[in-house]
Amino acid sequence: MYSAGTESLIKQAREIQDEELQKFYVRVSKMLSSKEHCSETIDSLQRLKLIVSATKYARLLPAEVQNKLQTLLRSPGCPEQLRLLCSAVLSESLPPSVRSLSAGLTQDCRSLGSVAAIVLAQAGNKDELLPLCQHLLKCLESRQPEGQICKHTLPILSKIISFFPEILSEDQINLVNRKLVDWLRYASVHQGASLSSGGFFTGPRSRQPGPMTEVDGVVVGDFFTVLCVGQSYTEDQWMNMYAFSMLRKWLLTYDSEGTCNTESAHLKRTQIMQSLSQDDRSEVDSSVMSMVSATSSSSRLLPPKERLREKSFEYCQRLIEQSDRKAIKRTDTELQKVCLIEAVAVMDIICKEDSSYVYRAFPCLKALYGRLSGDLAFARALMPIAQFYLNHSEMAAVDSEAVFRHLLSRFPSEMFNEPLLAFEFVQFCRLNMAVLQERVPLYRQSFPNIFKFLAWNSPALIADYMELLPSLMCRETAVEILHTLLDLPCLAATLDLQQKSATFQAADRVLWDNGTKLANCLEAFRQPSCRGLFLYILRPEAGTGDTIDRLNMLHEMLADMSESPRVIQCAQIVPVLLHVFFNHVAQFTDKKLSNQLALVVLERSSQLYRISKFKSELLRVFSAHIRTLCKLHPSLLIDQSRELLDFAGSVSNISSKKELYTSVVWMIGEYLSVSYDKRCTVELITSFFESLEAVLLEITQVRQSTKPPNYHPRVLTVLMTTLSKLASRSQDLIPRLSLSLSKMRTFAQSAPVASCYSEEDIEEIITRASELVNLLKLPNVAQFVLAPSPHGDNPRWHKDTNTSLPHSMRAVSGLLHKNSSFLPG
Amino acid sequence: MVHSFLIHTLGPVSALSANESRVLFARAFGPEESAQRGAEPEPEPELVPETRRLLQKERLAVVARRVRSVVALGRAASGVPAVECVLGEEAAALGEADVGVLRLTSGEPFAVERTVLWLAVQSLAFCLVCDMHENLLLAEGTLRNIGRRCLEELRLLGPGSEVILKSDRIDALLNHYLPHGQLLFLNHRFTHCLDRELSSYGNK
Repeated sequence: MYSAGTESLIKQAREIQDEELQKFYVRVSKMLSSKEHCSETIDSLQRLKLIVSATKYARLLPAEVQNKLQTLLRSPGCPEQLRLLCSAVLSESLPPSVRSLSAGLTQDCRSLGSVAAIVLAQAGNKDELLPLCQHLLKCLESRQPEGQICKHTLPILSKIISFFPEILSEDQINLVNRKLVDWLRYASVHQGASLSSGGFFTGPRSRQPGPMTEVDGVVVGDFFTVLCVGQSYTEDQWMNMYAFSMLRKWLLTYDSEGTCNTESAHLKRTQIMQSLSQDDRSEVDSSVMSMVSATSSSSRLLPPKERLREKSFEYCQRLIEQSDRKAIKRTDTELQKVCLIEAVAVMDIICKEDSSYVYRAFPCLKALYGRLSGDLAFARALMPIAQFYLNHSEMAAVDSEAVFRHLLSRFPSEMFNEPLLAFEFVQFCRLNMAVLQERVPLYRQSFPNIFKFLAWNSPALIADYMELLPSLMCRETAVEILHTLLDLPCLAATLDLQQKSATFQAADRVLWDNGTKLANCLEAFRQPSCRGLFLYILRPEAGTGDTIDRLNMLHEMLADMSESPRVIQCAQIVPVLLHVFFNHVAQFTDKKLSNQLALVVLERSSQLYRISKFKSELLRVFSAHIRTLCKLHPSLLIDQSRELLDFAGSVSNISSKKELYTSVVWMIGEYLSVSYDKRCTVELITSFFESLEAVLLEITQVRQSTKPPNYHPRVLTVLMTTLSKLASRSQDLIPRLSLSLSKMRTFAQSAPVASCYSEEDIEEIITRASELVNLLKLPNVAQFVLAPSPHGDNPRWHKDTNTSLPHSMRAVSGLLHKNSSFLPG
Repeated sequence: MVHSFLIHTLGPVSALSANESRVLFARAFGPEESAQRGAEPEPEPELVPETRRLLQKERLAVVARRVRSVVALGRAASGVPAVECVLGEEAAALGEADVGVLRLTSGEPFAVERTVLWLAVQSLAFCLVCDMHENLLLAEGTLRNIGRRCLEELRLLGPGSEVILKSDRIDALLNHYLPHGQLLFLNHRFTHCLDRELSSYGNK
């Protein structure tokens, strides 16, 4: 593993003195001049590579060393190790070698790869890649004898086009299209000449190349693919493998109708394709067992792009057929899965470009789905199939419900702990959100299941779920989603228990790492009486639209797991998701939903899983968003008046939920007014006033004997202001309030209070109280200041001099100042 | 296609702060893509080679940091105590290895969106930075293969420094199994042929 020795080598390489480095360059240069390269040369080049690559800042090679490295790199007899070292040193150092290397590109296959590596690493623009690209295409074009084509031509080309797709002209694209067809479809089916030179006595023998076999050992009966096995491979078989490896990228880059020249040409091609595909379909239907080639249409007449499509499609069909074989080697079984994924993805691209393929593809894909769906080992191969169904089932009038049901119900609940499947599943949802929302009703229904991936692996997936969450939300599901988000840490804990419960039998109790703590939770998990609670948390689909009773009981059962890292990690992402939730819900919520959500916020503020900091974080989120909800629909104050009265009238809420309490009190003062809702009566205002007044009295009552509870001064000032606002709307209450407010000075200056509030706090309380008392002396002004019209932010108020808000504010502040001299003290 | 391959540390390194990671090997297979692909090709301000190189190193360092933090969180969550493997126990170390994947949104740190597939073996991580459309199952197989070969040939479980001194071996592995960042569909015979080609590496 990583050792101090390695660290010190890196340090040395970084801090090497210039003088020493120059000496080293001279030595390297000398070594490179000699014809024979010994192990010392290798050793020095390895050190040189370390020196040039260990720092962030590039090192400048002396021209002599650079030239020698370039020459060595291009010399035909250079061993691979030296070539790679030269290439690595040149790539990592300055000055760039791109231009000088591109000037002398040779046909030598082995050096071409290393030269290309440097060019690709150092090229900064299209012009620098152009010579290399042209060279590769020239090699492709000239029909060279076998064994001459550079094996890495296609990977290099693939890399170039991923940076500058426009580097190829239409003709060049067609050239590659033609070559790809040749390699994909017409590679030899016989084995390459064996390299073995025979034993010592037998001498070199030329063996007759045998036929290729399938992965199960049966002799190949159709064209060559990457799933064909032989002792050794011919050049074109290698190229077949490279061609298939780059096929998807190539089709994604160039197989779009956007590059078509004219509309009429497109029309003609479509007609040809349609007539061909109809023929094919009838053949497919007539003989299910037929080989892919048997259904192959004569496509010689097609333009290169369409021909590549046709041949790629056949190739993929053949791969799907071949994947049904029982491979002898385990690695080939893996490759079969990988090929299935690729084949279906390629077919999807082809069908997107030319919809006539859809009808040919579906019989094959339906059969494939039928074959794979029963086995979760093929779960990842089902992802591209689902994508295919999503893209094309509507057009082909194929029923896709079963596919999505399988995907959305089984994957999350049974494979939540597979990180790569989780990633692919989430990306699938993310990339197709719009379509899933619209066409797959089950998608939104399944949110409890979809959240399982997130609960299990929160840090890796949170960014994706922030994008995904809005797509799951609608009026019908919003309330249940809110509950589910709040229960997310419980879900993480329960999934953990579910997994452990499956792994450990009761007898293994001693082995559980957290000993008794975990044992208690597992015990509860296995109790039939608690089954319902856990089943609710693990439910696969939305159902209740709400939550359950006995949540507190569940929290108690899971209490011992509240310190597990997985649960804590999950709890940390909940506030983030809640922000996303509320911000999105604000865009579509109506009165009814706002009422429900406000109620959930009030209820759940005391029903949360006890994890350190979880509750305080959530209350902060709640308090911000309940204000937004109220601003959108102030009527919720009237609709939920009973619950809000209970909440605001309870002194215990001040200490346990300070932020939320302050927000609720502020909301009452701000929005409980007849100008927001006609139903707002004097009685209602009075009842809110009375209960808040009672709270203020209770918390400001100073008993000398007991220590006053340390309420935040903000709670006091917000309470005072809210009471004043209410009093300004029902002016009979003013005298009562003025009396209470005048007592604040005595309260604030009493000894016990002074001991727990800072001087600024006391000052703040006294100033606020006296300001409010002054304001309330002029009830009409008080109403204007404390409850400005809801249209106060309308530009008219600021532009129109007669109604100008600043003007009025100045008048008010003048009033306050003038009156302040009447204040006691 | 694969954009880059790196090997970096997961454990604490004395010279670095706690959440930093030492990149031991990094190879980017090509230039950085510009963000506005598909749009009108605007003449972008061309960077001098030195800046370009620096940017690339910084970007790969960001990838290493992200992977490091995700691996640490994942290990904490699983709660399974780590088993120390020593030289010769490569198979066991690989059996214990975690694998995972991360999405890097555009701009953080690459101009285009990418995914990182990582394989965490003991205190080292092997990463492939891939295009979004990459076949991840294929990438996973390739990464496991390259990771295993690196562990064995560079004796990464031991205390030596081969990983930085003999990094050309890693280049050779990449050159055969991941030429220029191209993931290959290799059946066991293709792999065998490449293995044979590689076996003569460095024997001259």
